[in-house]
Amino acid sequence: MSESVTLTINGQKYSAEKGKTVLQVAADNGIKIPTLCHHEEIEPYGACRLCIVEITRGTRNRIVTSCLYPVEEGLVVQTDSPRVVRNRKMLLDLLLARCSENKVIKGLAAEYGIEKPSFREEYREKHDCIVCGLCVRACEQVVGVSAISLVNRGIHKEPKPPYLERAKACIGCGSCFYVCPTNAIQMEDKNGIRRIDRWKVEFKLKKCSKCGIEWAPVAQLEYIRKKWDLPAGFFDICPNCK
Amino acid sequence: MPSKIKSSRDLEKLQQALSKKPDTGKPRISVCNGTACRPYGSNPVVDAFKLEIEKRALDNQLEFKVTGCHGFCERGPIAIIEPGNIFYQKIKVEDVAEIIEKTLKKETIGRLLYKDPGTNLETVKQDDLPFYRNQKRIILGNNTRIDPTSIEDYIAIGGYSALAKALSTMQPEQIIDVVKQSGLRGRGGGGFLTGSKWETCRNAHGDVKYVIVNADEGDPGAYANEGLLTGNPHSVLEGLIIGAFAIGSHQGYIYVRNEYPLALKNVTTAMQQAEKLGLLGKNILGSGFDFSVRVNRGGGAFVCGESTALMASLEGKTGEPRAKYVHTVEKGLWDSPSDLNNVETWANIPQIINNGAAWFSSIGTKGNTGTKIFSLTGKVNNTGLVEIPMGIKLREIIFDIGGGIRGGKKFKAVQTGGPSGGCLPEKLIDLSVDFDELTKAGAMMGSGGMIVMDEDNCMVDVARYFLTFLEEESCGKCVPCREGIKRMRQILNDITEGKGREGDLDLLKELSSHLKDSSLCALGGSAPNPVLTTIKYFSEEYEAHIKQKKCPAGVCKMLIQFSIIDEKCPGCGMCVKVCPSNAITDMGKKKPVVLDQSKCIKCRTCYDICRMGAVKIE
Ligand SMILES: Cc1cc2nc3c(=O)[nH]c(=O)nc-3n(C[C@H](O)[C@H](O)[C@H](O)COP(=O)(O)O)c2cc1C
Ligand code: FES
Ligand code: FES
Repeated sequence: MSESVTLTINGQKYSAEKGKTVLQVAADNGIKIPTLCHHEEIEPYGACRLCIVEITRGTRNRIVTSCLYPVEEGLVVQTDSPRVVRNRKMLLDLLLARCSENKVIKGLAAEYGIEKPSFREEYREKHDCIVCGLCVRACEQVVGVSAISLVNRGIHKEPKPPYLERAKACIGCGSCFYVCPTNAIQMEDKNGIRRIDRWKVEFKLKKCSKCGIEWAPVAQLEYIRKKWDLPAGFFDICPNCK
Repeated sequence: MPSKIKSSRDLEKLQQALSKKPDTGKPRISVCNGTACRPYGSNPVVDAFKLEIEKRALDNQLEFKVTGCHGFCERGPIAIIEPGNIFYQKIKVEDVAEIIEKTLKKETIGRLLYKDPGTNLETVKQDDLPFYRNQKRIILGNNTRIDPTSIEDYIAIGGYSALAKALSTMQPEQIIDVVKQSGLRGRGGGGFLTGSKWETCRNAHGDVKYVIVNADEGDPGAYANEGLLTGNPHSVLEGLIIGAFAIGSHQGYIYVRNEYPLALKNVTTAMQQAEKLGLLGKNILGSGFDFSVRVNRGGGAFVCGESTALMASLEGKTGEPRAKYVHTVEKGLWDSPSDLNNVETWANIPQIINNGAAWFSSIGTKGNTGTKIFSLTGKVNNTGLVEIPMGIKLREIIFDIGGGIRGGKKFKAVQTGGPSGGCLPEKLIDLSVDFDELTKAGAMMGSGGMIVMDEDNCMVDVARYFLTFLEEESCGKCVPCREGIKRMRQILNDITEGKGREGDLDLLKELSSHLKDSSLCALGGSAPNPVLTTIKYFSEEYEAHIKQKKCPAGVCKMLIQFSIIDEKCPGCGMCVKVCPSNAITDMGKKKPVVLDQSKCIKCRTCYDICRMGAVKIE
């Protein structure tokens, strides 16, 4: 049995397993905290700051990111205090100025009553990427190929393939596409080819020898086959026909 | 080079032998060849001395020493003659032969002495110079006494005796106690109690522990750590070894800013020498304690000086900060307990061990003990590295040590703590310089940058300047810092260009409080300081920019106009000659010149050259 601690979230007492984060415990108990850069399968990173909560320890109150903060005995957490809401609003305000036409960001901002950013019209930009790093982290931690990375710093930071050329190590699995919270990565399967333009890559898709459906990139299937030492021809038939 | 030292006794013997070298009776010339003196030509001066001494075979009549930074860099190249404590400044190659000549005859050269810019009075001794007289140089003082590439020099002045004392007579816990009692607080900015940090690290779970020297010093204009590491690398190394013993670490790292080649070189040499003598490596001084050190070059970004980013960089990853909800003293480098301290913090350790906690805490004030080194720059007469007892007033640094404002101008503000420090106004000139008072006033100690500003500095422009730096240096990981600093800088830019709006100040304040609350690391958390302090202390200047579209200091180009005051202009034509855009026309002798607004690029050259005060900025 692992150790457990008691903490208070929004006035309610909960018991939780030591080692879990405030975000996990909140989710386990049906308390919703907004997130953008978080995914259960990927190590928390703390970049978007949307998951902030206010904690009290002794006489001190402070804002922390719940996706990273480990629960501890006696911790008092507020997920929607006025201070949290004010900060979350400013985050969305800043993100909206950066991604002024992105549907996801616009939707989230609208939930907090922000229709347009507080900043001047001329400051508005039309990015889709919020630099949450999920694509890069998924590629490294889940897929294990590290085909892309975050390059540059400050306002110029962005996910890129190495040397800004074609992502040579990419296997076309599309994890980056699925994990991206703002749909900043486009992926298209057409005429037997998968394209992910952001990484400048194209992959031939494998045709199922039974149903004829083009079901996954050849490169990805080869990668899996080699990794698990599967026999040649293992992926000739798609999972549906197996 | 002496052979391996096997015990504390041996070290003591060596020290006695070295300090009684037959040389000691001879006059000694010490020339600074620090990083800041080199651009002034200290290298050729040093070569000229060596050549002259060799040519005249004066080796046994004269001791010549090449040292690290003496602090008064703007007077470089500098030499100190002992005995006599004679201070020569702005030495040229042509002066070398004469200095040697006169030194041998025990005479001084008036021309090379320091003259007070106000009274023109000469001062002979270094210790009598206003710049040095008001300092307390317990750390930097040794720079003038040793050749930083010679371990013998360091041992001769008592170097490594603190290590010997710690290893042979003290328990690790006892060392920690002494450091705690001394009240030493980290000199890297945060001001955390060093002894407590060591204690937590010692008590943290883990077989492997690391101790690290933070020599990243990324603040523009700051070079106190450079001066120390280049000028006295053994003092930092000795502190580190003592700390490692106290904490229970066997591996240390020195993380040196990439742009510090000389510091890198000198500290590497120091390590090799210490290892050869048995002061580093296995079984140090026969105590059974093993410790080795590696030097790493910095990742080249300001943020790499932040503890978690620095450790990531040491691990070979991108120098990006991470959340510190679990402290690095518990889980730091490669997830092992790690103690990181600033160069200056480490350099204090041997002094504390040798002289005791009571001695150390008698310097400075309660809660802020010891000294602090500042890089004093900007519009003061004397710039350089200054070491002051903590708790003296800003006024004493700026006016007594710094010699007041250049060109008789009026003092306006002083910025302390590096780019994310704060600007303090004249009414706070009697503020006590310590961690707590500076923070209370909205500034900070940082790693000891101090930039003095006069009436010609525009405070909105100053805030814009620092935010521009921070925008470039933000690692870009978290939204508040990456996006927030950029928006703040944009607003400030607009204000300086006359596009400020009602509500801008409120938005700046709201963004500031957001950055302080929600940023991932202290870079974002402290980035609002220059904005908040300038708004707090110089609000009328912001108002003038936003409402009247005027820059009272005459700096913001879009808001100023240059014109000629006809009554004052004798038509000398100086400004006509220097104007790079041919905007001024000579109308003949004794007739005022004419300035064409449409051609003026507002470069200030005419304003600066005119001795009649006939150029007006409004
Ligand atoms: C953006 C940023 C830059 C920093 N740069 C430095 C630096 O160059 N040198 C330094 O000693 N500390 C720097 N620090 C502070 C370190 O994180 C850390 O607090 C310090 O090295 C601890 O040493 P101390 O206890 O001796 O002060 C920086 C902090 C931040 C947030
Ligand atoms: S979800 Fe926690 S910082 Fe993004
Ligand atoms: S570098 Fe020479 S005095 Fe500082």
